[in-house]
Parts: sequence; C-alpha cells; structure tokens
Amino acid sequence: MNCREFVDFLMEYLDGQLDASQAAIFQEHMRDCPPCEVYLDTYQETVRLGKCICEPDGSMPDDVPEELVQAILAARKAG
Amino acid sequence: MARDDVSGGPSAPDETAILARLRAGENAAFEELIRDHGPRMLAVARRFLPVEEDARDAVQEAFVSAFRSIERFEGQSRISTWLHRIVVNAALMKLRSRRRKPEQSIEDLLPGFLENGHMERPASPWRKTGTDELERAELGTLLREKIQELPDGHRNVLLLRDIEGLDTEETARLMGISTGAVKTRLHRARQALRGLLEPVLQEGTP
Repeated sequence: MNCREFVDFLMEYLDGQLDASQAAIFQEHMRDCPPCEVYLDTYQETVRLGKCICEPDGSMPDDVPEELVQAILAARKAG
Repeated sequence: MARDDVSGGPSAPDETAILARLRAGENAAFEELIRDHGPRMLAVARRFLPVEEDARDAVQEAFVSAFRSIERFEGQSRISTWLHRIVVNAALMKLRSRRRKPEQSIEDLLPGFLENGHMERPASPWRKTGTDELERAELGTLLREKIQELPDGHRNVLLLRDIEGLDTEETARLMGISTGAVKTRLHRARQALRGLLEPVLQEGTP
C-alpha cells in the first residue's frame, strides 16, 4: 500500500468497512509512514471540528429576529 | 435520519399538547413553535445559505410548509426532528434556485501525490484547539468560512452528513445522487476541508 491508496481507503477504514486483511495492510502502512498517521489524525480532527459547529454554543442565535417571526405568522394567515 | 439531539426543543410529553393546539389552529401555538424551534432552524439554514436574507426565506418557507402539513405529521419523530428535515429541504431548494457562480474544482483542493504514490506535501501535525470559549468561537467562524469555499455539491454532502447528521441514504435522496456518490463526495469534501484548515491549524501557527 502506498500513501495515495492509504488516503483513498481512509474513510472506509474509519467506517469499519475494510475486511480484516485489508485493515491489517492499512495499519501496517500507518505504522511505517508517520505522515499518513498524521493525515488520519487531522482528517478525524476535521470531522470532529465540523460537528462542533452545530453545537449550541457554535452558531445558534438566542432567538429568531422579531420581523421573521411576524413574517412567518403573516405568511401563514395569507396562505 | 437526523440526530434527535441536533434539534433540541421541548421534551416529548409537551409535544402532545402543542400538537393538539396546532391542529386546533391556535394562533399562539404557531408563534410558540416559531420561537421555540426558530433559532435552531435559522442556524441550520445559515449553514447552507450564507446570505442572511436567503436563510430567513428558507426558514419562513419551512415553517409555512410545516404548518400546511401539520395534520399529516404522525408524531413518530420529535417535532424538532421533523422541522429539521423540512428546513434542510427548504435550504437545498433555495440553493438550487440561486444562480451558480463559477467555483473551484474539488481536485484543486485534494492532496497531491508523486508518481511513487507518496504525498507531495506530507501532512503536518495540528496544534490543540478549542481550549477556551473565544477560541471556539473563532474556530467556528473559520470552519464556516472554509466550508463555504468547498464546491456546492461537495459542501452540501458534507453539511448533510457530518453537520446535520443525516445518513447516506437520506443524503442521496435529498441530493438526487447515488449512495456511492455521497460516499465519494463526503470523503473528498473532508479531505478538501482538511487541506483548507491545515495552513491555519498546523503546529506553530498562532
């Protein structure tokens, strides 16, 4: 396995979709190739950080702008 | 299916009561629903639609659509989960109605490889992030900016799968693509986002 193949199969490895022999080859490459280990770590960190932005303290407004509330209520009555 | 914890909102016992009031056409119940669930719906819409007016339009369209179909809501999921699905759909519809601007190819954002299969630029370790509230807020802003740099088709799959918590099948249905294409786009979008974050997050950066 080379680094290109490692990156190609990374998501399947993390999703547990590689069979035991494929996973062993993947892990062997990772042991021998520190940059690919770093790549896997930072790929996982990217996914983790992405999930963080939908947490309550991420980007959620405290309330809905009043004009939007009124616009929705007016649209309901009109519709 | 969307993660239930994505959407928050009132607990299950309260929902029977508000559903009955909505079905009875009680004006105050509609307003209550908007005020309870609107903030999270607006946050979802903003992730897909960076122009505030578009995000608000999507939320309005989502609520109007929900009000129209409240009779058909069977209560098998939480109201918050049901509304989450509707606003995601409304945001995608709004995106499709917008003129597409020329965008960077995803290929330009993926790692390059030498002929022997090694990386052109070996990955660098990242510094620890999110240690205080200010940094988390800055990180959130950075992530939203970088996600917006992804090409539409890849960005939307990443948002639906990794941020909104939809599964592969539901994402494929909403995007009108195969499940295989969802998996390919998700992996590429994650790689591209990783590459966009690396210069800012690698060790040694402030």
